[in-house]
Amino acid sequence: MNNMMEVQNLSFTYKGAAEPSLKGISLPIQKNKVTALIGPSGCGKSTLLRGMNRIHDLYPGHQYDGAIQLLNKDGESYTDILSLKKEAEMIRLRQRVGMIFQKPTPFPMTIHENIAYGLKLSGVKKKADIEEIVEKSLRDAALWTEVKERLGHDARGLSGGQQQRLCIARAIALKPEVILFDEPTSALDPISTLAIEEMISVLREDYSICIVTHNMQQAARISDYTGFMYLGEMIEFDQTDTIFMQPSVKQTEDYISGRFG
Amino acid sequence: MSMGQHISHRFDEDIEAVTSKVLMMGGVVHQQVERAVSALLTCDRVLAEKVIADDVKVNTLDVKIDEMCNRIIVTRQPTATDLRLVMAIIKATNDLERMGDEAKRIARQAIDISKRGVLPELFESIEQMAVRVKEMLNKSLDAFARKDIDAAFTVIGLDKKVDKDYENLTRQQITHMMEDPRKIHASMDLLWSARALERIGDRSCNICEYVIYLVQGKDVRHIDYKELEEHME
Repeated sequence: MNNMMEVQNLSFTYKGAAEPSLKGISLPIQKNKVTALIGPSGCGKSTLLRGMNRIHDLYPGHQYDGAIQLLNKDGESYTDILSLKKEAEMIRLRQRVGMIFQKPTPFPMTIHENIAYGLKLSGVKKKADIEEIVEKSLRDAALWTEVKERLGHDARGLSGGQQQRLCIARAIALKPEVILFDEPTSALDPISTLAIEEMISVLREDYSICIVTHNMQQAARISDYTGFMYLGEMIEFDQTDTIFMQPSVKQTEDYISGRFG
Repeated sequence: MSMGQHISHRFDEDIEAVTSKVLMMGGVVHQQVERAVSALLTCDRVLAEKVIADDVKVNTLDVKIDEMCNRIIVTRQPTATDLRLVMAIIKATNDLERMGDEAKRIARQAIDISKRGVLPELFESIEQMAVRVKEMLNKSLDAFARKDIDAAFTVIGLDKKVDKDYENLTRQQITHMMEDPRKIHASMDLLWSARALERIGDRSCNICEYVIYLVQGKDVRHIDYKELEEHME
């Protein structure tokens, strides 16, 4: 069971839209690998990503077809996350499949509370446990050495890159199995971008990662697999090296080499 | 292979500029080889010295093209075919520069032969080889310019004939050296020149391999001709 998730023939239509935004998408999210989704704006890559932890369903009325299989804890069977209905199941799903957004979204609290808040909500009670997880998450997000002296300060005082790493620490505190990144570095300077990329390559050892990015060199640098999407379809999915050095579909080549349209 | 227009016209211009510089360099190298062989066969010291002096033109283009490729990599981060083109150009340029050095070597032998004033036996036999090698170089540049893999494959096939020419020439000269030791020096000069020509043929094949790599994305270096034949089918 190498696939943590399997998107199978997924179609998705936004509420009130005439046309589906995703048309029969299939791809695997392999365990402990980084999968990148690239494509021009409006191709559906963020829509696909947001389907993968059903964050779309915060607003009802959208329509899904197909299946998104998530590997169960037993490591053998899969559950179609589109079959989940109860609110509690959805919350549980979003703990297992976490998401990091383009703009850092720290809560208006201290650095410490930003991470502890979710833990308390998910039922971690003991103070010692919380302290331990807070430190470990910040270490894993490569932020600990920068903030350990000021855990009680407001998180909004951190730089953009630090805020983004705090959001990643907050997500991994809940021990997800999959982390979805939606353009995590597009608002960051090159150094913070490299810090996040470096962190993603370390996180891969413990998590399965899917990242949407407009920065193709980033996709080439950090991912193992890359999918090129266009107009709601998966045009080509292959190993990243193949996509960037020798793609087999002309549309992919045109896109990555800047000859689109 | 049809490459559409790049969204940035500058990029297309940059690629065109560096490609035409490579072809220009190829033209200069071809001329150098031609003159060197002609200087050898006619014992023309003046022409040979010109070939040696003109090697700097080849070297200057070599450096210039490297600079242009560096600039493209740093500003454009080329991918897929663009990346393979830049790689192919960098490698082809290196081979062309070395061919220029081989031409210079032939010119030096021309000077040595004319200084000594003793001609080797069967001096003209190198001419046939030179014609073939020049053809290979010419066609490899053509294949590169037109990104024509069939032409590239044909050139690689010609290399066997050149190798055969070289072998024959070596055998003949050994015989003559044994018969008349006074001509050993002259024979050696001729063999060095033949060796240089043979290397130019090899390097033309290298360029053709880069053409196949560029078009098909398949690296065909270090495989034998039979494997390549199967691949091309």
